[in-house]
Amino acid sequence: MRKLSRLAPAALLLSNTVFGQIQNQPDDSQWPMAMKNHAATRYSNLDQINTGNVKDLKLAWTFSTGLTRGHEAAPLVVNNTMYIVTPWPNLLYALDLTKPGAPAKWTYNPQTSTHSQGVACCDVVNRGAAFFNGRIYYNTLDMHTVAVDAGTGRQVWKTKLGDINMGESMTMAPIVVKGKVLVGNSGGEFGVRGWVTALDANDGKIVWRAYSTGPDKDVLIGPNFKPFYEDHRGKDLGQRSWQGEQWKIGGGTVWGWLSYDADLDLVYYGTANPGPWNADMRPGDNKWTCTIFARRPDTGEAIWAYQIFPHDDHDYDGVNENILLDLNIKGRNRKVLAHPDRDGRMYIIDRATGEVISAEPYAHQNVTEGVDLKTGRIKTVAAKTTGFKTTRDMCPAPPGSKDWQPSAFSPRTNLIYIPHNNLCYEMQGVQANYIAGTPYVGANVKMFPGPGGNRGEFTAWDPVNAKAVWKVKEEFPAWSGTVVTAGDVVFYGTMEGWFKALDARNGNLLWQFKTGSGIIGQPIVYKGPDGKEYVAILSGVGGWSGAVVSGGLNPVDGTGALGFVNAMADLGKHTTKGGMLYVFALP
Amino acid sequence: MSSRCLSLLLLAAAAGYAADGRILRVCADPNNLPFSNDRAEGFENRLASLVARELGATVRYTWAPQRRGFVRNTLNAGECDVVMGIPSSVDMLAATRPYYRSTYVFVSRGLGIKSLADPRLKKLRIGLQMVGDDYTPPAYALAKLGLSANVVGFSSYAPAKIVEAVSRGDIDLAIVWGPLAGYFGPSDLEITPVSPTIFESIPFTFEMSMGVRKSDAALRAELDRVIAAQCGAITRLLDEYRVPREGYTCDSQSQSRSSALR
Repeated sequence: MRKLSRLAPAALLLSNTVFGQIQNQPDDSQWPMAMKNHAATRYSNLDQINTGNVKDLKLAWTFSTGLTRGHEAAPLVVNNTMYIVTPWPNLLYALDLTKPGAPAKWTYNPQTSTHSQGVACCDVVNRGAAFFNGRIYYNTLDMHTVAVDAGTGRQVWKTKLGDINMGESMTMAPIVVKGKVLVGNSGGEFGVRGWVTALDANDGKIVWRAYSTGPDKDVLIGPNFKPFYEDHRGKDLGQRSWQGEQWKIGGGTVWGWLSYDADLDLVYYGTANPGPWNADMRPGDNKWTCTIFARRPDTGEAIWAYQIFPHDDHDYDGVNENILLDLNIKGRNRKVLAHPDRDGRMYIIDRATGEVISAEPYAHQNVTEGVDLKTGRIKTVAAKTTGFKTTRDMCPAPPGSKDWQPSAFSPRTNLIYIPHNNLCYEMQGVQANYIAGTPYVGANVKMFPGPGGNRGEFTAWDPVNAKAVWKVKEEFPAWSGTVVTAGDVVFYGTMEGWFKALDARNGNLLWQFKTGSGIIGQPIVYKGPDGKEYVAILSGVGGWSGAVVSGGLNPVDGTGALGFVNAMADLGKHTTKGGMLYVFALP
Repeated sequence: MSSRCLSLLLLAAAAGYAADGRILRVCADPNNLPFSNDRAEGFENRLASLVARELGATVRYTWAPQRRGFVRNTLNAGECDVVMGIPSSVDMLAATRPYYRSTYVFVSRGLGIKSLADPRLKKLRIGLQMVGDDYTPPAYALAKLGLSANVVGFSSYAPAKIVEAVSRGDIDLAIVWGPLAGYFGPSDLEITPVSPTIFESIPFTFEMSMGVRKSDAALRAELDRVIAAQCGAITRLLDEYRVPREGYTCDSQSQSRSSALR
């Protein structure tokens, strides 16, 4: 773990940004949804814990989930109760924060089908729930959305959204907007057609569904659709940018993060990569995969869209978070979204119109030259494309410069805090494989550390000036989420199991605690019934990066986990499986 | 039961023996006809029973879908000891001698298509199964031939559907792995091996073996002997399920392999 040199720290507190509406939402010291708020800032205004005293942080209590697959969820805290969604079987625990040791009040078991475990590509994870109107809403791996009474743990409704027998699953954390629960599916690689669906929060009935591919009527593109870029205009592009009928199995699943701006009345999210074919089999732009959409929550109709990576051939899903910020850029107040993409670029996009303001790399990458801001089109490097050929040294690797692990924004420092990866990859040759009665041949994919040898990084990024301000190197991908507070402390976890507190202004390590297993969860900060500030994190390694441990893969076979094992073969020396909640506070 | 007796029993169970005889622990997909299902209706189920009989054992199944992670989570996790059908060239386990070689086939309502070079392919709707980002051999070939627009994708989780789609006329042609066509295709559908058998070094034929853990040389040797001794019965079993076969038979003296991958 080494820290890179810092840039101009003095300028940080004299920034020329406007403290806008969107990032200064009222904060009641709870954590009601995975991203904390609809702007996805993961910023808490609690400052009892600060850069001066965080070194004294102590373990307050723990809770074992009883499970040992990857724990990716953010705990929720509402009305002095903490809610935890576990990996499969997707139990929901409600812990009573008013009692010493926070004992479980009740456990809800959705009876998630055991067969759904065979469908999930990247560990049987779940990213958390959302609280609304007295209920907890979350998704189960076997394609159900459930509503559970937050007080009693009784199931209110359970709606089936798809079919695990066709390779579909659900892992994402929903959001609730205007009485609608918004959810998306996973599973692009087997011909699952991606969608986002709105359910009535009251009774679980499906209100609308917007597909990611196909004719405009399926994608809910209508007369109000006004994409910023010319090559996004035209009828039925979600069909015509494919060959034949391949859009029907086009992927573009919605397994990541949704944000919402109540003033503009727009929901923002990104779609995953095109599937299931190798890129050679699906010429064309493959709209609307790897695309950020802005939609009306009442009807789902699309207002604008921007395709980040047409004809993706690197697995760069576009599902990463969109943090909604009001920034002063070049003398103008802009309402933007900040989207740290898998491709290594931080997209700052006008969230009213879909115009790309900047797309600078926040990490090392060599497969693209840049984004043409006039046309919106990304320029790929011809020598760094994949196909049925050998290509070496492509950066970033398929998990991207950053995968699902969500970043945070502080309106005090005006920096985006990004936990991320530093991985490259190569594809070569073929090997025989077999699935469900069909032999086939696959490319050998191997991932390896990027330049510098560190596989992970934690970066503080200035979105106005489009540059990194400080970076901390990590041995392994920084696969956890992060949270930043008014105390100017930023928290994140490492895959070895260290839970760290850094000074948000300069990246100095102020405190760390070694938990029992690698951390891939999302940390939260809340105020307890005693008025104290608490920090909570789930520890339990897994996910795609941790598959070599949580899935018990053979570290000698580098092609395991789609080549990730090659880069993570030593993880088992640094962590074992686990499943424990850790909660910290000042003494 | 005394603790000594109990520990002997546990030892015996670990070695695949029950109080009343040997157990053959088979890793299988509960829903993968014609190969296997949990009602023992597939030809790999029948083969498992045949092998068990020869070894003086009874079959016990560990069921898991034969998708990504199957070998890792079942065989290589020690939950079971043999997979009944897997391409001989798969790396993750040790394959027995092949007991058949099959081929990808064209399935149509009498179009007489024999070759990937047939110019009529340009005008046909062609069904293929999807296996994620990787290539089934026909997917690779059609992409290279510029025929992606002709392709209609089918889930590999529902193999009957692609053959039914040919019968119904939803597609003109399907290119599927032989055993699927033989089993699900009614006798009025034309089933023809794909020619050439190798397209730009991608094979369309695969030899199929049983598979055991790489460390299990003893069981592999036993299974090799059973395949040789029971070749006649195995051949009749494959005929019964109309598995298209290509060249190699289980009592061949020369064991040629799908050369492209070795």
